[in-house]
Amino acid sequence: MMTIEWFTQFLAVAAALAAAPLFLGWVNQCRAWLQNRRAPSVLLVYRGIRKLFHKDAAVAEPASRLFIFTPYIVFGTMVVAAAIIPSVSTRLPFGTAADAIALVGLFATARVFMSLAAMDIGTAFGSMGARREMMVGFLAEPALLMVIFVASLISMTTALPVISERLATQALTLSPSLAFTGVAFTMVLLAENARIPIDNPATHLELTMIHEAMLLEYSARHLALLEWAAALKLLNYACIGFALFLPWGAAMGEAGPPALLTAVAFLALKLLVAGVALALIETLSAKLRVFRAPQFLATAYLFASLGLLVHLLLGA
Amino acid sequence: MTAQPFVLQILNALAALLLLLSFAMLAQRRVVTLVNLLALQGAVLCAATLLLAWRTGEAHLYFSAALTLCLKVAFLPWLLHRLIRRLGVYWDTDTLLDTTGTMLVGLLVVVFAFGLAQPISALASTATRSAVGIAVAVILLAFLTMITRRKAMSQVVGFLSMENGLFFGAMSATYGMPMIVELGVALDVLVAMLVLGVFFFQIREQFDSLDLEHLQSLKEDR
Amino acid sequence: MEFLALLGTPLAGALALAWFGARRRAPEANAALSLATLAAAVALTVRVFGAGNLTFFHEQFFIDPFNVFLVTLTALVGFTTSMFSRPYMRVELDHGRISAGRLRLYHSMYQLFIATMLLALTTNNLGLMWVAMEAATLSTVLLVTLYRTPASLEAGWKYFILCGVGIAQALFGTILLYIAAEKVLGAEGVSALLWTHLNAVKAQLEPRVLSLAFVFLLVGYGTKVGLAPLHNWLPDAHAEGPTPISAVLSGLLLNVAIYAVVRCKILVEGSLHSPLPAQMLMGFGMLSVVLASFLLWRQRDIKRLFAYSSIEHMGIIAFAFGMGGAIANFAALLHMTVHSLTKSAIFFAAGHAAQKSGTQIMERIRGLVTVSPTVGWGLMLGSLAILGMPPFGVFASEFLILTTAMREQPWATPILLIALGVAFAAIFGRVQSMVFGETTVKRLPHTPALLPVFLHLALVLMLGLFIPPYLAEWYRAAARMIGGG
Repeated sequence: MMTIEWFTQFLAVAAALAAAPLFLGWVNQCRAWLQNRRAPSVLLVYRGIRKLFHKDAAVAEPASRLFIFTPYIVFGTMVVAAAIIPSVSTRLPFGTAADAIALVGLFATARVFMSLAAMDIGTAFGSMGARREMMVGFLAEPALLMVIFVASLISMTTALPVISERLATQALTLSPSLAFTGVAFTMVLLAENARIPIDNPATHLELTMIHEAMLLEYSARHLALLEWAAALKLLNYACIGFALFLPWGAAMGEAGPPALLTAVAFLALKLLVAGVALALIETLSAKLRVFRAPQFLATAYLFASLGLLVHLLLGA
Repeated sequence: MTAQPFVLQILNALAALLLLLSFAMLAQRRVVTLVNLLALQGAVLCAATLLLAWRTGEAHLYFSAALTLCLKVAFLPWLLHRLIRRLGVYWDTDTLLDTTGTMLVGLLVVVFAFGLAQPISALASTATRSAVGIAVAVILLAFLTMITRRKAMSQVVGFLSMENGLFFGAMSATYGMPMIVELGVALDVLVAMLVLGVFFFQIREQFDSLDLEHLQSLKEDR
Repeated sequence: MEFLALLGTPLAGALALAWFGARRRAPEANAALSLATLAAAVALTVRVFGAGNLTFFHEQFFIDPFNVFLVTLTALVGFTTSMFSRPYMRVELDHGRISAGRLRLYHSMYQLFIATMLLALTTNNLGLMWVAMEAATLSTVLLVTLYRTPASLEAGWKYFILCGVGIAQALFGTILLYIAAEKVLGAEGVSALLWTHLNAVKAQLEPRVLSLAFVFLLVGYGTKVGLAPLHNWLPDAHAEGPTPISAVLSGLLLNVAIYAVVRCKILVEGSLHSPLPAQMLMGFGMLSVVLASFLLWRQRDIKRLFAYSSIEHMGIIAFAFGMGGAIANFAALLHMTVHSLTKSAIFFAAGHAAQKSGTQIMERIRGLVTVSPTVGWGLMLGSLAILGMPPFGVFASEFLILTTAMREQPWATPILLIALGVAFAAIFGRVQSMVFGETTVKRLPHTPALLPVFLHLALVLMLGLFIPPYLAEWYRAAARMIGGG
């Protein structure tokens, strides 16, 4: 039985690694369609990453070792996160290693290293991006935690796989608190992954960018890893969202290869739909000024807390 | 966790929606949208009343749903929209606190309201008693709206929202007040709004604006 | 029959005057209607005197010792005020401060106001009482803004919003009461808000909900009573509206509001067996007395001065009801009566004085006695009465309250005494210089109606010297019913 679990674990991580750039590409493609542009290939993100791996890395002179390690650390944390999140199956050996709150901590670690590395060289843009990233993270984290608290309260555990299982197996009810937290989670997802309305992944307009500003000094394999990590992060968030709000379809409990296969198919379907939804949200909303970001995230926090309060009061 | 009957689930969802609308009103600065939100809140209230009437079979709840529909969804928003157009008040930007601050205070208010509602819902025997807390929260949030706004029109909207909350509270805790009282309350609200309409024009005539800034000359020591 | 006439007369009058209120004889019609209401009230009183407590229309309305004397008082002051308003409003019309159309509004709303107060007093249904209180607010809002000056609009807005919010709290309190009552009386709906039924089962009502309900009811109706710190609307509304309205607001509406508070207190105290309601009433009352008596010093407007004095006296009444017990309740009821009579008399006199000197600013009113001795003496005597000079009735009630306080709440006595002293100095100094000295006052074509002033003062004097036995009996019965202490 152990082997199948380890196989599942391997499958989950491999699927995540493979699917992440694809998912990003899919979102970009949908966005292009929705904006009446000619869509780039879904594989464009892959190609970009492959191309970057083939180049020679140039590192700025004042860079410390931190600058060089950071891409590996960030990528590593994202892979670990992908191993923990029950995207395909809820029975993952790594799943018991960390609960949902530790997961938030994992994301925070990546953010801290990212920001430190961005400030390492000492360019104005890097520091600005790092500062903004920390601000967004500082505001998004409470909202994310609040979302997790609500899900934990409903299922009486903080372990993500168990939450997912309980939510999938309980009687189907109309739950306003989950609806509220779902909205909050979507807002956090947008903010954390540098999507519109907080950041625009498609531009390098100096005054507004956050994530891209931190990558400016990176090149070649470092940049490739960071971009891959960003794609993984988006996928991870999407999978957390599925685990909390759309747990149906993932393999529950002990599952053989056929069940896993359907689970992967379900995941692909969910990602397809989520990509369209994400693209739709991004197309319909306008980029907010950086100063408005706190308001946006405060609203997310408000939704999450309302979800919590409503759950406490109505028990639903 | 035991699953509740589906009707109750919908009722709870509607209650949550009422709360959400209260927050939306707290944040909204366009007066026209504020009135629309009020109408929406009335509509949700009406839907909840209808659903409860259907579930409990209490005839007077149908009646009060109809009353809500006529008064709070149709007539009062219409009247307010008319007033807004005639008086030209469209924005209420100059609030006492910024939106985020107001929201956070609002959250605290909701926590307080839920605490306040504990003994009430403990006593009430209705199936919807857990929604009493939401009703209290709606009342207090409306109160907060009234405090933080400067424009007369938004204060009135807050006042009506408070009325909605009171109504919802009575409904969820006891399936509604006796008919005669409900009628009287509705009549009072109606008359209050008509008086207010007259009143706004008087204010407008005097000051050329509905800004409450002008109404601050009477002090204790005058 | 008498009862129908009591409520029906002012209601029908409101409708009729809405059509004919601008006619030349409308003020007389207004007075006649008020007289008819008074007659109905007296007839009802006589009937209750013989038959004891009464209920009407499936117990929706009731009369007991507590409200019967308030009904009579309301009808009486309503009538005398309409007598006073006859020449007063004519002068305002001549001076062009109001138009004939507004006079129509005034007369109609005046009758409606009286009707809503009588409804609030006689209804047995706490929900209807709320409705009537709100209606009383609404009918007076447009009266406060009758002159359409910026200040009056501001006063009206304050009155509307503050009392609106306050009364919404009271509605919530009423709902809570209903929730608690429904548990005990069953859901047959109608009877669960009837005061008499509630009073019968008050010991079984859930105390936690009731204490919560009382907080909301006290804040709600307390706003209307003008208890500090919710008193802000009161001086403005009194000062900016026409004087007859100031008189009935002060003399009647505040009484009705405190009546509502006390009705609720009886229920809550019966359920709670704790001093919480009493303490809250005493606290709010004390705060009002102290705050108002010090704020009196800062007033320049004659009507605002006496409005603050009303807050002070409402504080005294609330304090007395808070102390509870037979004597304090008796004194509070007596104080309600004499305050109502005295304060409306003062407003009558002050209204004439302001009209004759063309201003409400006290510094510009001088030497009333030389031009119009009756107005001057009326104001002087009224002020002395309200300040608690013997032999007027206010002295008797305040004396009773203070002696009870000395026994029951010794800490409060010095505070009360100081506050009363401060108020005395503030009011007496100002009134004296208005009444005597060089005159700034001119004569007006319409002779002032001073009969109401002296009638009220005579009644107050009588109550100070001798309380008719049946009245005392009612007071005692009501005091027993209110209980507490």
